[in-house]
Amino acid sequence: MNETDGAAAESGRGHAAASDRLLARVIREESARIVAALTGWLGSLDLAEEAVAEAIEEAVRQWRTRGVPPNPGGWLTQAARHNAIDRLRREKRYREKLALLADPADAAPLTGEPDERLPLLFGCCHPAISPDAQLALTLRAICGLTTAQIARATLAPESTVAQRIVRAKRKIGATGIPLRIPEGSERAARLDIVLTVVSVMYSEAHLVAGGDAAADRDLADDAVWLARVVAHELPREAEAQGLLALLLFHRAREGARAVDGELILLADQDRARWDRRLIAEAQAVLEKAAKLRRPGRWQLHAAIAACHSDTRDGGDTDWLQVLTLYDMLLAYDRSPVVRLNRAVALAEVDGPQAALDEVDALGRALTGYHLWHAVRARMLRHLGRRDEAMAEDLRALELTANDAERRLLAARVDR
Amino acid sequence: MSQFAILIYEDPSFYETMPPEGWATVVDAHHTFTERVSELGGSLTGGGALAPVTTATTITGGGTVTDGPFVRSREALLGYYVVEARDLEHAVELAKLCPASGGGVEVRPLVDTATNPF
Repeated sequence: MNETDGAAAESGRGHAAASDRLLARVIREESARIVAALTGWLGSLDLAEEAVAEAIEEAVRQWRTRGVPPNPGGWLTQAARHNAIDRLRREKRYREKLALLADPADAAPLTGEPDERLPLLFGCCHPAISPDAQLALTLRAICGLTTAQIARATLAPESTVAQRIVRAKRKIGATGIPLRIPEGSERAARLDIVLTVVSVMYSEAHLVAGGDAAADRDLADDAVWLARVVAHELPREAEAQGLLALLLFHRAREGARAVDGELILLADQDRARWDRRLIAEAQAVLEKAAKLRRPGRWQLHAAIAACHSDTRDGGDTDWLQVLTLYDMLLAYDRSPVVRLNRAVALAEVDGPQAALDEVDALGRALTGYHLWHAVRARMLRHLGRRDEAMAEDLRALELTANDAERRLLAARVDR
Repeated sequence: MSQFAILIYEDPSFYETMPPEGWATVVDAHHTFTERVSELGGSLTGGGALAPVTTATTITGGGTVTDGPFVRSREALLGYYVVEARDLEHAVELAKLCPASGGGVEVRPLVDTATNPF
């Protein structure tokens, strides 16, 4: 991938302090391959992942000030191997593995091997692991985030994250969850879990973006990277292409979505700030997906994002097309949040009363979800019910944890 | 003779916090139990210890696979025996000897499925 070449070139130039972005790029490119290779040697994901995580912590510390060494993959592999040997020495039951690791023939570079990252990713996203743990383990084993980085990026206490990862790895070991891409009827369902984890990774980044916590890893970057890896490795899976297209459309709008830490709604975004190169790439990926003739929810989400990306300003959105796509999406995903988003399009096509009826029907499922109250406020305001609208906006404000979202809602209440 | 299951429900923390010599005592107690069953005229036809409840995977009716046990409670099903006993009274007499210091046991008859027992 081009990004890797860039990173290698950059890192080869000298030993200047490495930026967080460069560190993220280099480490995630190597992490999963080394975890997969070590797991193969040791027969234990737990041990392998622990050894690699330790090597990454060390690398982040050293490289941040001294710069990235010329062969970061080799450095990490050696460090992880040393850590594993240390652990094996301490644990009697693993002693016979020591000979394997000490054999220099195994120290061959990992490049050129078939990609081992995806089987590992499917193992991390097994449904027998809880969704929170799937995300945490994926971030650590696949993307190479440290536990502290995951904690900051997902707004969870570090001890909770550490515990989730330990439990998930033990479960994989104790129950024999296989690290492989399932075949047959299992495959589509399992791929959907993987894609959901990647999508959650992207939305978590948005939660942090407007917060006060400074994150040294941009989860959105990691999510786009991982979506690329999955789409590239599974070129025949239309939904994998669909999710990549979706994230690229969102990424393209990022520069216009948050300006100086303030959130700007889609309708008000300055289209000149959208990244046209990313939009073109997203469109190409979505077309490729469509040619596979296997529609699905991620492709429909991406198609909706594509409609918005075609607009010159908020006023010329083809809402009938957006609503039609949401109607198609309902066949795959009838979750209340999807129906809430559909209601926004419905308001533009059939008017605010029709939309309010739909929003009210979702009340039981979504009361307490700040965006439900915010959308309801918007419909009430369009209907001229100003006092009720104000009350809903205030409720939304109370329920919002994210600082930038709070400021956006507060500005609305002040008007 | 009829078959009865003895289901062992205990608080897992009882075992998690126990020193190594405590575990040896538990294993001895189960060994003694299996001997006592035949001394008292019963016989053991099956049984097993289950891995910690953190390894449980639940599949619900619709085929949905999730992490964790089917029933969440402080006491969890940690093991079971299947014994041959004359009647429930006899089975309870045997079950009383089953080690379960961290909780208790439940005795349930195994049934012939030729007809619906419910």
